[in-house]
Amino acid sequence: MADFTLKVNGSEYPVRAGSDENLLTVLRDRLQLTGTKYGCGEGQCGACTVLLDGQPARACLTLAAGAADQEITTIEGLERNGELSLVQQAFLDEGAFQCAYCTSGMIVTATALLQAHPHPGNEQILDAMNGNICRCGTYPRILAAIRRAAQAAPKEADDVRP
Amino acid sequence: MSVRDVEEERLHDIARQVRVFALDRRNFLKLCGGGLLVCLADGSTLAQESGGWWGRHPLPEQISAWLYIDAHSRVTVFTGKVEVGQNIRTSLAQSVAEELRVAFDTITMVMGDTDLVPWDAGTFGSRTTPTMGPQLRKMAAAARGLLVQKAAQQWEADPSTLVAADGTITNPATVESLSYGALTQGQKLMATVTAQVPLMPATEWRIAGTSVPKAEGRDFVTGRHKYPSDIERPGMLYGKVLRPSGFRSTLLSVDTSAAEKMPGVQVVRDGDFIGVVAPDAWSAEKAVAAIEAKWAVPPQIGNAELFAYLKTHAQSGEAAAGSGIEQALESSDVKLDAEYTVQYIQHAPLEPRAAVAEWNGTHLTVWTGTQRPFGVRDELAQVFRLPSGQVRVLMPDMGSAYGGKHTGECAVEAARLARGAGKPVRLVWTREEEFTWAYFRPAGVISIRAGAKADGTLTAWQQTNINSGPSAVESPYNVASQVADFREVQDPPLRQGSYRALAATANHFARESHMDELAHELRMDPLEFRLKNLTDARLRAVLQAAAKRFGWAREQSTPQQGCGIAGGTDKGGYVAACVEVEIDAEKKVRIRRVVQAWESGAIVNPDGLRNQTMGAIVQAIGGGLFEQICFAGGKILNPLFSEYRVPRFRDTPQVDVVLLDRKDIPSAGAGEIGIVALAPAVGNAIFAATGERLRAMPMAVGTFTA
Repeated sequence: MADFTLKVNGSEYPVRAGSDENLLTVLRDRLQLTGTKYGCGEGQCGACTVLLDGQPARACLTLAAGAADQEITTIEGLERNGELSLVQQAFLDEGAFQCAYCTSGMIVTATALLQAHPHPGNEQILDAMNGNICRCGTYPRILAAIRRAAQAAPKEADDVRP
Repeated sequence: MSVRDVEEERLHDIARQVRVFALDRRNFLKLCGGGLLVCLADGSTLAQESGGWWGRHPLPEQISAWLYIDAHSRVTVFTGKVEVGQNIRTSLAQSVAEELRVAFDTITMVMGDTDLVPWDAGTFGSRTTPTMGPQLRKMAAAARGLLVQKAAQQWEADPSTLVAADGTITNPATVESLSYGALTQGQKLMATVTAQVPLMPATEWRIAGTSVPKAEGRDFVTGRHKYPSDIERPGMLYGKVLRPSGFRSTLLSVDTSAAEKMPGVQVVRDGDFIGVVAPDAWSAEKAVAAIEAKWAVPPQIGNAELFAYLKTHAQSGEAAAGSGIEQALESSDVKLDAEYTVQYIQHAPLEPRAAVAEWNGTHLTVWTGTQRPFGVRDELAQVFRLPSGQVRVLMPDMGSAYGGKHTGECAVEAARLARGAGKPVRLVWTREEEFTWAYFRPAGVISIRAGAKADGTLTAWQQTNINSGPSAVESPYNVASQVADFREVQDPPLRQGSYRALAATANHFARESHMDELAHELRMDPLEFRLKNLTDARLRAVLQAAAKRFGWAREQSTPQQGCGIAGGTDKGGYVAACVEVEIDAEKKVRIRRVVQAWESGAIVNPDGLRNQTMGAIVQAIGGGLFEQICFAGGKILNPLFSEYRVPRFRDTPQVDVVLLDRKDIPSAGAGEIGIVALAPAVGNAIFAATGERLRAMPMAVGTFTA
């Protein structure tokens, strides 16, 4: 067991976890941040995607202790003062889900994409999203939601909300 | 028609099919017990299903069993159906809002909580919309009638002059009004409803029939929704189960001493069941890995022997005897015999099986992801020898199932661990466990012998399905001589069970591929050939609608680009798909464009239906092109997403859905049959481009790739 501090969604959490424990079980089981989902445990489905210093990462393949010096953002951290982020709102507006178990990972991945490329082309979207699985098959709507969020984003890249 | 009538009709349907498929009486009882799909489940499931005869669970006739209106006019609806992403939490609430005449957002749906809702067989077979929809509508309409009566008594008015709207009864003559809540004052509505209650015709719907967004949608984009795997209980421990090294294996020896020495870890053993509990999931995983167990795994067949095995182990059938099919084939101008196969595939719902179990003395509560909360309750009661009243199963809206979560194995395991630990336990299966220890969509062999006259009139059709099931084995086309036959395999090599559209996928793949090939033999356009032999107006309508939107008449196939069409019907849904594929020099296939037309009676939620239909198309790409379970020697060889390919963004074509709204026809379920037309349409498109007929699903794992 190791003791360390994680900075998640702007708050600091003292954590005691296994030295080789992954970030996913720490977030879900020790910090009760269950919005991040388990889907495969091998980085193939994207359901556990979080942001580490703004970059998308698979929590299931990330050592929790190794993330101690990074800013971790989970799905729970995207809503600000009761207001949904542009990407969250776009998913809601497009109805871009069925069971929605993949939705956290989709939204976090799309958030990272739009931070890097506020107005991405089709290939950029597919490159960023192809590692995320939706078994209900709502891909066309997720693509529409990402385009909607991109259109809603301000033209200046620096001004883009997460 | 009441739910009882619908269920009776269903039993008649089953009885008819039993005659057609010549199943024995034992199987007939199984079919009646749990729905057609379940007849393909393994032995242990069947044993439980036979206890679920509908007649032992009459639907409650009291309004209060189904809905409650509190003093603030908020409505709570109780149903045993569960939400798995198919959007019935929304669509059922719309139906209630419509009949009760209240705003949609005043309704809360309580679903799949066995202590609170009326008994229900489960959420499968596309039954929610055609059975639970009318049942809840009937109760809502009766409740509205009761409230009108109450107001009329209070005002000494003629009830027929009063108006119910927006949760309020108004007397237009006196301008008096009372809210529903003021009328109930939070008391239960105690009336019994036995007679038919007139329901609002679909042409007059104002809330049903509209695209109400997913109920509680905001909770899903914020991560706030609690799925079964997210449930947390005070003092909860985390469980993990020791798995055998192969199917049908025997435990030879086990040493749990290393695991037992780990801090906070407890080993739970109950016969051959061995598991661990720990204060966190990480420790539980380490502990189970430290258990040394030896298993004897008997020799078992793999994919290489699969279809030969199914054919040699199928029950014999005499469906063709005396049918005249041989003479009909003999007199045909064009004859075509072929065999089609489908592989085992997995549902792979993104949320694997999960359960949280909590004992309180001899009372057991389990939160779990299942399509059959009452089935799981009974399974738990049986395993732990409890009266079912001492077991409560709750089903939080889950990360889907697609027919894959009928059973309660994870709930039973969690309950065993919780009993051993004396504390609540959460158990979440890994992806590998889900791919290995859940059940599979059955593999199957479908053979067709068919004949037609030179003018394109079908004369003979014999279709036999081995192992995947009877659904849609009968052709919807007009054929003078038809034999349809399903043959069970007594000891299939893998544990098999329900799946979205189950056998309808296999039977449609075979039939619609074969129809296409016959059309080419006859030098007829595949659409024209179908229409020539089809009088079912609803199937004709979807074929024509898809073809029109697609531009079927002007599309030409080339070696690099093929167009295909397929259609069909089952469970009250009618579907047709037109697809355009591109094929490169290395025979790599890409589906470029799909137009799918769908009709299932009056549409309850157009946006939800569009979403379901689109999702079905995308999911169908997997089984059609590349999904297959690889197995040998009692092991699954590809139990990971890195080894079992499912459709991704880059596999997704341009999808265009055409919905036909038949307000004159009762709404049917739409969760399943949208999946059946895609694969044969793609196969037909590949044939149109290359002249090569692909008769095995998945189609793009050999000469062709995707």
